Amino acid sequence: MTAHVRRKTIVAFLGPAVAALLLVGIAPLLYAVWKSLHNFNLTKQAQTKFVGLSNYAEVLTDLSFWQAMGRTATLFLISVPIQIALGLLIAIVLHRPGLTLFKTLTRLSLVLPMATTYAVVGLLAQVMLNQKYGVVNQMLGWIGIDPINFIGDPTNAFIAVIIWDIWQWTPFVALVLLAGLSTVPPEIEEAAQLETKSQWLVLRYVQLPFLIPSLVAVLILRTADTLKLFDMPFTMTRGGPGSATEFIAVLIERVGNRQFDIGLASAQAIIMLAITIFLARLYIRFFYREVN
Amino acid sequence: MAAPLQRRALWAEGLLLVAICLFCIFPFYWMVTTSLKTQVVALQSPPAWVFTPTLANYWEVLFEDKVGASLINSIIVAVCTTALAVILGTPAAYALARFEFRGKQDLWFWFITNRFVSPVVLAFPVFLISRELGLRDTHLALILMYLTFTLPIVIWICTDQFRSIPRELDEAALLEGASQWRIFRSICLPLAMPGVAVSSILSFIFSWNELLFAYILAPKAAKTAPAMAITFMEGYDVPYGKIMATSTLIVIPVLIFALIASKHLVRGLTMGAVK
Repeated sequence: MTAHVRRKTIVAFLGPAVAALLLVGIAPLLYAVWKSLHNFNLTKQAQTKFVGLSNYAEVLTDLSFWQAMGRTATLFLISVPIQIALGLLIAIVLHRPGLTLFKTLTRLSLVLPMATTYAVVGLLAQVMLNQKYGVVNQMLGWIGIDPINFIGDPTNAFIAVIIWDIWQWTPFVALVLLAGLSTVPPEIEEAAQLETKSQWLVLRYVQLPFLIPSLVAVLILRTADTLKLFDMPFTMTRGGPGSATEFIAVLIERVGNRQFDIGLASAQAIIMLAITIFLARLYIRFFYREVN
Repeated sequence: MAAPLQRRALWAEGLLLVAICLFCIFPFYWMVTTSLKTQVVALQSPPAWVFTPTLANYWEVLFEDKVGASLINSIIVAVCTTALAVILGTPAAYALARFEFRGKQDLWFWFITNRFVSPVVLAFPVFLISRELGLRDTHLALILMYLTFTLPIVIWICTDQFRSIPRELDEAALLEGASQWRIFRSICLPLAMPGVAVSSILSFIFSWNELLFAYILAPKAAKTAPAMAITFMEGYDVPYGKIMATSTLIVIPVLIFALIASKHLVRGLTMGAVK
């Protein structure tokens, strides 16, 4: 019956959604490309002129752009492996039989961090990490560590962003991996557990192959979301102190919204988008070939 | 021999679970308790764990600092964009689930890629366009821009849901002479309500949490709650109690919805990549 649906019907069903996404997703993107070819500053609109690819040349040779990219990559390379390790541990514990009620409660509490408004996480971080009034420094005091200036020191502020990123996204990774573990056929898992006592061997040779799709999903989404990361560092530090926590999206926001250089910000945004799409494709190709 | 060992393992597991729960919940506990502190108590060093709670912060932010108005803006924007996404998205999902046509796979991928586009890419062009059209600082501008993530979520989850409905049902209706639209409206859509509900909750959560578009496109009249909350950080005397009261007001509705849809939250966040 599916073959007999007329073209008109298909267009009627899909048309409105496609038109809406073209309007809000593609049209602004094209406009951004157009603006990125101009020298366009909101405060000096009279001097707007077509400059071709010179904004792109400026971005590619701009140290602050690559430093922001480097910070974004550093954040990713530190926090995502920790999220995967902790998430895997949590998923394995939750996947084991027994203590059912307790595990249901844990699963519900895992929902809290990942649903929290990202901007609120930044505010909460400010309150809890304050050098004088913050509860984290009070707790560090209990184990004999002197108060740490988290927000005001470049290295500590960066570490603070990593810690809160881990807080917010480890539960997500854990739940995705848990969903992956539940795709392992129980017969296979039980047979393996009869063969060996080593949880590690079961994980490596029985469960891991079934976890690959979840791990790919985690890597792709964490990459995209780290490149998007704006709300939490912006509310916590505004990218500071100096530019210590100025990740790529925060940098672009500063150039466009606080320096009003929309031409340059558009070029930066387009280059960032290209990098995102390139990485997503790379992952899909690299990992899915391994599975097949 | 094995029994004590097993019991010890069980204890270790239990302790680990408690640690995970504390790790997840403690920041919330701290947010809520700080929101119940007066400024004097909030600025005690070291921080107070026991104090007389007060609702004064809530009173002040809701009625003196326009957080009430910003929460209403947030509700208007999140509800409207979710409704629009359902109206536009469910027929599209039905078509993707039921019809065969050329380019279906490409259309599918285009829908996912929206998940990867950072709002910072779209925010500036939309800022300029909305200024030209007189849409700056209106609910409409935010409602439309939030479609970039709510519409793909609705389409993804509902396509899955429509696929799970047996085709025999529509085939029978087709023999009775029903049109595709009639089958969609009267047979499949009612059966797909669980998917519609889950995707609505997820769109509501994502719209409610959004900051960047709101911050750039709606500076005053249409300001949403997260954008309002961050304005408290400006100035010298940071009002911790008020900030945490506002944060609590923002987070509570999201948490309720997230807990209701907790089983599907992962599916929504991964755009269906993980069931």
